Amino acid sequence: MDGAIHAEDTWTVAGRSFRSRLIVGTGKYKDLEETAAAIEASGAEIVTVAVRRVNLSDPKAPMLQDFVDPKKYTYLPNTAGCHTAQDAVRTLRLAREAGGWNLVKLEVLGPPPTLYPDMVHTLQAAEALIKDGFEVMVYCADDPVAAKRLEELGCVAIMPLGAPIGSGLGIQNPAMISMMIEQAKVPLLVDAGVGTASDAAIAMELGCDAVLLNSAIAMAKDPIRMARAMKHAVEAGRLAYLAGRMPRRMGADPSSPLTGLIRR
Amino acid sequence: MQTSLTVSINGERRDLTGPLSVAALLDTLGLDMRKVAVERNMEIVPRSTYAATLLADGDELEIVHFIGGG
Repeated sequence: MDGAIHAEDTWTVAGRSFRSRLIVGTGKYKDLEETAAAIEASGAEIVTVAVRRVNLSDPKAPMLQDFVDPKKYTYLPNTAGCHTAQDAVRTLRLAREAGGWNLVKLEVLGPPPTLYPDMVHTLQAAEALIKDGFEVMVYCADDPVAAKRLEELGCVAIMPLGAPIGSGLGIQNPAMISMMIEQAKVPLLVDAGVGTASDAAIAMELGCDAVLLNSAIAMAKDPIRMARAMKHAVEAGRLAYLAGRMPRRMGADPSSPLTGLIRR
Repeated sequence: MQTSLTVSINGERRDLTGPLSVAALLDTLGLDMRKVAVERNMEIVPRSTYAATLLADGDELEIVHFIGGG
């Protein structure tokens, strides 16, 4: 099947290689059963997770690890809810102890309604985390100057937004994403903004190494089916990128030869 | 010798009886130590030291785990 055709088309982040170019979040699902089924259907090998206080009044409540096996999936702990470098470092140190690994997703957000990446605090937090031994995949603005600085600091992946988190507005900035891909020396992923399968395909056609999404699957009417759609969209977009699209032209060019037509 | 300990766990005040290790506390709380991480007074408590780490009066603890997130 098509999986075999590009079985060797892997991408590598922080020395780890992955076949799937789709990273999925584990938030916003109806329950943990649905989370597990959607992730399975997506084919993702990396999943983002949040770090939160345990509920002391219900210690036997089912936990994410019981449904999404950390031995099978690479957990990518995030810093959602952290507003300073100190918060981010503190949260991810706990994540490292809980999970025993150092590959993390840094996100420091500004206020609603945009939740736009706060690049001043993101840069500070990235520096602190890298100093502390973390390998940082960083959510960022579609800002090539800030992205360059993050890369120079030692971030292992640059992850600009295609549109605000959870908006599902699609890739609003294809030109800037393309320029950032051109300049990046580490993997570049679109993180946030994907609303449906074609958006994920567009991100991959631009030349992204992978796509990170959550709401587009979790908030779909049928999340499991959308997870499958995303899997195929990312594969299709990647294949189209590798194949190289035809040039755009103004005006038609017939697909059938004009010679040899029958005449009366 | 038994002592009384007042600690804060995830922002909630708890009155406990010492000596009490982090491992014993997690057991008392009914938490699986393989699935949580513990911070004590802003410092990570490595899992390998849970049994040997004794709580002190006034300790502030955070006990976290992974949940769904994007």
